[in-house]
Amino acid sequence: MLLKLDNVKTYYGNIRALKGISIEVEEGEIVCLIGGNGAGKSTTLMTISGVLTPVEGNVLYQGQSIVAVRPDNIVQMGICQVPEGRMIFPLLTVMENLDLGAYLRKDKNGIKEDFERIFRLFPVLRERRKQHGGTLSGGEQQMLAIARALMARPRLLLLDEPSLGLAPILVDSIFETIRQINEQGTTILLVEQNAQLALQFSHRGYVIETGEIALADSSTELLKNEQVKKAYLGE
Amino acid sequence: MIAVGYTMIYGVILLINFAHGEIYMLGAFFAVTFISLLGLPFYVAFFLSMACCAICGVLLDIVAYRPLRQSPRLAALITAIGMSIFLQNLAMVIWGSRPKPFPNEALPAYFEKTAVSFSGVNLSWFHLFIFGVTIVMMVGLNLIIKKTRWGKAMRAVAQNQTMAALTGINVNRVISYTFALAGALGGAAGIMVAAFYNSLYPTMGYVAGVKAFAAAVLGGIGSVPGAMLGGVVLGVAEAFGAGYLSSLYRDGISYAVMIIVIIFIPAGLFGKVLKETKKSM
Repeated sequence: MLLKLDNVKTYYGNIRALKGISIEVEEGEIVCLIGGNGAGKSTTLMTISGVLTPVEGNVLYQGQSIVAVRPDNIVQMGICQVPEGRMIFPLLTVMENLDLGAYLRKDKNGIKEDFERIFRLFPVLRERRKQHGGTLSGGEQQMLAIARALMARPRLLLLDEPSLGLAPILVDSIFETIRQINEQGTTILLVEQNAQLALQFSHRGYVIETGEIALADSSTELLKNEQVKKAYLGE
Repeated sequence: MIAVGYTMIYGVILLINFAHGEIYMLGAFFAVTFISLLGLPFYVAFFLSMACCAICGVLLDIVAYRPLRQSPRLAALITAIGMSIFLQNLAMVIWGSRPKPFPNEALPAYFEKTAVSFSGVNLSWFHLFIFGVTIVMMVGLNLIIKKTRWGKAMRAVAQNQTMAALTGINVNRVISYTFALAGALGGAAGIMVAAFYNSLYPTMGYVAGVKAFAAAVLGGIGSVPGAMLGGVVLGVAEAFGAGYLSSLYRDGISYAVMIIVIIFIPAGLFGKVLKETKKSM
């Protein structure tokens, strides 16, 4: 088991955003977390990353508790997040954004290789490498945000709403890239509102409703599930 | 240089560190203490005192500001004013409230000698020293911010603390470094001014701090090159104002400039127009 959340309860401000979430992610999987606005999807990721600290429950990474560990140490352990809204650094160039992704790494050659790998994955970033992050289009910013996280060579990549605000054609190519990244050996925990897409591209899924896990199954089963169809697939 | 310190800290954590002027004052007092009590040579005292100011800056952050990181900005601002008053009074307790002369005999003898002179203007080696140190520090600072890993981390923290943490940056440590750097610069400024005007007193940081703040506002708060330029412009404006109007107006000019800037170009010369968005989540 790579990651295990055990009955995690987290407050977001004064709101009890997570009311006892249990999730498991195996090495090599793509797991998705679907649910409506305010269901607690992003809070779950922020809790894993250590930005928020749960009041109860446990987060285990490779069998070790990472509750109350500083966010930068969690990155060091191999968990990287691409947060909602991309959060690239607008006044830093594309190159500087990517450099910061590799902030904790000291292996110069490995970093160089990863730059090459990322520019193969996202050729447009190579063209834009001297531009400020803020001048990129939404899709390019999303690519940059994912690329930046990959620069840390994570074992587990947390993606928060990678499809948000993107044109449909771009959404497909982003998800295609996510699949490639997974095939190259990175485990992925994906949060999405676009349930259809997320379930198509993932192995297993959790449905989260008002801070609790409502359903958990393989993605193919969830796609067939009547409840899911009604609530999230608009059928 | 004090203006740069202000602007750096504001740029990174959006805090007007009103106690920054006091770091400048402490720099002068540290240097004098090292020279007169320990008998250290000027240059050694200069660097040692800068180091002490860096440490003071970090301590200030850890003791006063870090516990308030998540609180409203007003709370941190009030704390900053409180720290300023506290440090002033601490200095009075330790060193007394009367102005002290700078131990001039400790300055290298050639400082008095004329280095360059053209069309009736004589510049001493001391002038050149101040000028040189300032230039070196400004250029060095720019290089640090632009080129180094640490500078990149500083800019990242300034733009988005949460995201900076998510890329593996230890945000508190970067903020500490920023305070250290700002403290060292402020300390250096304090020593040079005290040596130049041959006097130092516990409240010297107050006026200097306000003027530096005016310079930072003029340059566009949060912008390091802006603060450098703002400092020069303000200095020239003061000198001309004192010369052409009356030296009584000297201090008034800083305030006048600040008021004019706030009314007409609130973003300052190099400032970015701030969007009303909350940066942290």
